[in-house]
Amino acid sequence: MSQALEHPTYNYKVVRQFAIMTVVWGILGMSLGVLIAAQLIWPELNLGLPWTSFGRLRPMHTNTVIFAFSGSALMATSYYVVQRTCQARLVSDRLAAFTFWGWQAVIVSGLVTLNLGWNTSKEYAEFEWPIDLLLAAVWIAYAAVFLGTIRRRRTSHIYVANWFYAGFILTIGVLHIVNSAEVPVSLSKSYSAYAGAVDAMAQWWYGHNAVGFLLTAGFLGMMYYFVPKQAGRPIYSYRLSIVHFWALITTYMWAGAHHLHYTALPDWAQSLGMVMSIILLAPSWGGMINGMMTLSGAWHKLRTDPILRFLVVALSFYGMSTFEGPMMAVKTVNALSHYTDWTIGHVHSGALGWVAMITIGSLYHLFPRLYGQQEMYSVKLIAVHFWMATIGTVLYITAMWVNGVLQGLMWRAVNDDGTLMYTFIDTLEASHAGYVVRWIGGGFFLGGMLLMAYNVAMTVRGGARDAQPAARTA
Amino acid sequence: MDIGTFRGVMTLLIMIAFLGVVAWAFSRRRKDDFDEASRLPFADDDEEPPRERDKQEDNDA
Ligand code: HEM
Ligand code: HEM
Repeated sequence: MSQALEHPTYNYKVVRQFAIMTVVWGILGMSLGVLIAAQLIWPELNLGLPWTSFGRLRPMHTNTVIFAFSGSALMATSYYVVQRTCQARLVSDRLAAFTFWGWQAVIVSGLVTLNLGWNTSKEYAEFEWPIDLLLAAVWIAYAAVFLGTIRRRRTSHIYVANWFYAGFILTIGVLHIVNSAEVPVSLSKSYSAYAGAVDAMAQWWYGHNAVGFLLTAGFLGMMYYFVPKQAGRPIYSYRLSIVHFWALITTYMWAGAHHLHYTALPDWAQSLGMVMSIILLAPSWGGMINGMMTLSGAWHKLRTDPILRFLVVALSFYGMSTFEGPMMAVKTVNALSHYTDWTIGHVHSGALGWVAMITIGSLYHLFPRLYGQQEMYSVKLIAVHFWMATIGTVLYITAMWVNGVLQGLMWRAVNDDGTLMYTFIDTLEASHAGYVVRWIGGGFFLGGMLLMAYNVAMTVRGGARDAQPAARTA
Repeated sequence: MDIGTFRGVMTLLIMIAFLGVVAWAFSRRRKDDFDEASRLPFADDDEEPPRERDKQEDNDA
C-alpha cells in the first residue's frame, strides 16, 4: 500500500488486512455452508470421498465462519475502535502483525487438518493440539496489543465498546485454554483431560460462552461503536450500557447447561442453566433497545442509508434470537427442539441475522475510511446486498423452524401400542422441501457477499488511484 | 451452613451487587462523566464536524 494511505497516528495496516480477510473468509465459509446445505438435499455430492464428505466439510464450515470470518471481523474492528476511542496508536506494530499472520496460520492449518480428518470431536474446538497451542499464543498476543493500547490511551474514559471487546478477548482466552486441556498421544491425536459428564460440562461451558462472548459480546462492542457513528449521534443511554455490560457477562457464564438438557448432567445444573437463560433475556434486550433507541430522532436516515439499515436489522435479529434462545432453554420446549433443525434455525438467525449483518454494516462504514474515500464505490450495491442478505436470512430461518417443529412432532408421535408412528427416514423425507428453501436462502446470502467483494475491490482501487499522484509506488 | 441457606445468601449478595452497579451507573454525580464518555466515538473525527475541540489538539505527537 502506498504511503499516502497511512494514517499519521493510527495503525490502519493491520485493520485493513483483517478487514479484507473478513470478506474473503466470509465468502469461503458461506460457500462451504451452501455446499453442505446442498449435500443434505443431494447426498451424492459427498462424491464418495473422505475429503468431500459432510462430516469433514461441516466442521470446516463452522470453524471458517466463526473463527476466520467472525474472528477477523472482531480483530479488524477492535483494533480500529480501540485506537480511535483511545486516541492512541496500537501499542506494538510488530505484535499486531504477529496476530494477523498467526491468526491466518491457525485458520489455514486448521482447515487443512480438519479436511485430513484430524479432529478432537469437541464442537467449535475441533482443532488438534499443535494448532491449539498456536491459537493460544496468538490470542495472548492479541490481548496484549488490545489491553496495552487501552493503557496508553489519551482519553480519561474507556469507551464502553472497549469494555465489551476486552471482556470478549479475556473470556475467549480462558475458555480456549481450559477446554483445550488435552493429552497428546501423537502429532495428530489427543485426548481430553476431562472425562464423562465433566467433559461434557467443560465442553458446553466453552461452547456456550464462545457464543456468548465471541458471537455476542464482541459484536456488541462493534454495535456500541458503529451504530452511534453511522447514526451520527451518541448511544441512547451510556448508563444503560454499563448495566448491560455487567449484567450480560455475569449471567452468560451460568447458562451453558441448556445445551445438555436431559443428559447425564445433574438435574440441578440443568435447571440452573434454564433459569439463567431466562434471566439472560433482560440484559440482551436492554442492549438491543439501547442500540435501537440511538436512532430516535434519526429514523428517517434509514430510508437513505443502507449501512444503517444493515445495523438496525442486525439488532432486530439479535433481539429475535435472544428471545428464541431463552424459550428453547425451557426444558419442555427443548424436549421438542433439541436435535432438530430448529436449533440450526436459531443458530443462523444469530449467525446470519446478527453476526454477519452487523459485520457487513460495520465493514461498509470502515472500508472507505481505511482507503481514504468518501464512501463505498457503490451505495446502490449496498442496498441490493441488504435485500439479498435479508431475504436469505428469512428463507433460511423460516425453513428451519418449519422443519424443526415437524421433526420434533414426528419423532415423538406414538401409536396406541406405544410404537413409534414414523421411521427416521419418514422425517427426512418430510424435511426435504425445507432443505431446498434453506439452500436457496444460503445462495442469496452468499450472492450478497460476492457483491460486497466487488464493491470492496473497487473501493480499494479508488484508494490506490487517489494515492497515485502523491507517490508513484502503489 | 446448609446448602439452602448458602444459596439464599448468594442470591442476596448477587442482588446487592447488581443494585450497586445500577446505583453507581445512574447516580447523578457521574452524569457528566458518562456524557463525555458517550461522545468519545466523535472526539477524534477527520470527517465530521468535531464536537470536542479540546480533545483534538493533542492528537498527533
Ligand atoms: C450462506 C450462509 C450459510 C449457510 C448456507 C449455512 C449452512 C449451514 C448448514 C447446512 C449447516 C449444517 C446443519 C446441519 O448439520 O443440519 C450449518 C451449521 C452451522 N453454521 Fe452455517 N451456514 C451459513 C452461514 C453461517 C454463518 C455466517 C455462521 C456464523 C457466523 C454459521 C454458523 C454455523 C454453526 C455454528 C453451525 C453448527 C450448528 C449446530 O451444530 O447446531 N453459518 N450451516
Ligand atoms: C439470550 C440468549 C440466548 C439463549 C438463552 C440461547 C439458548 C440456546 C439454546 C437453548 C440452544 C439449544 C441447545 C440444544 O438444544 O442443543 C442454543 C443453541 C445455539 N445457540 Fe443460542 N441462545 C441465545 C442467543 C444466541 C445467539 C445471539 C447466538 C448466535 C450468534 C446463538 C448461537 C447458538 C448456537 C451456535 C447454538 C448451537 C450449539 C450447538 O448445538 O452446536 N445463541 N442456544
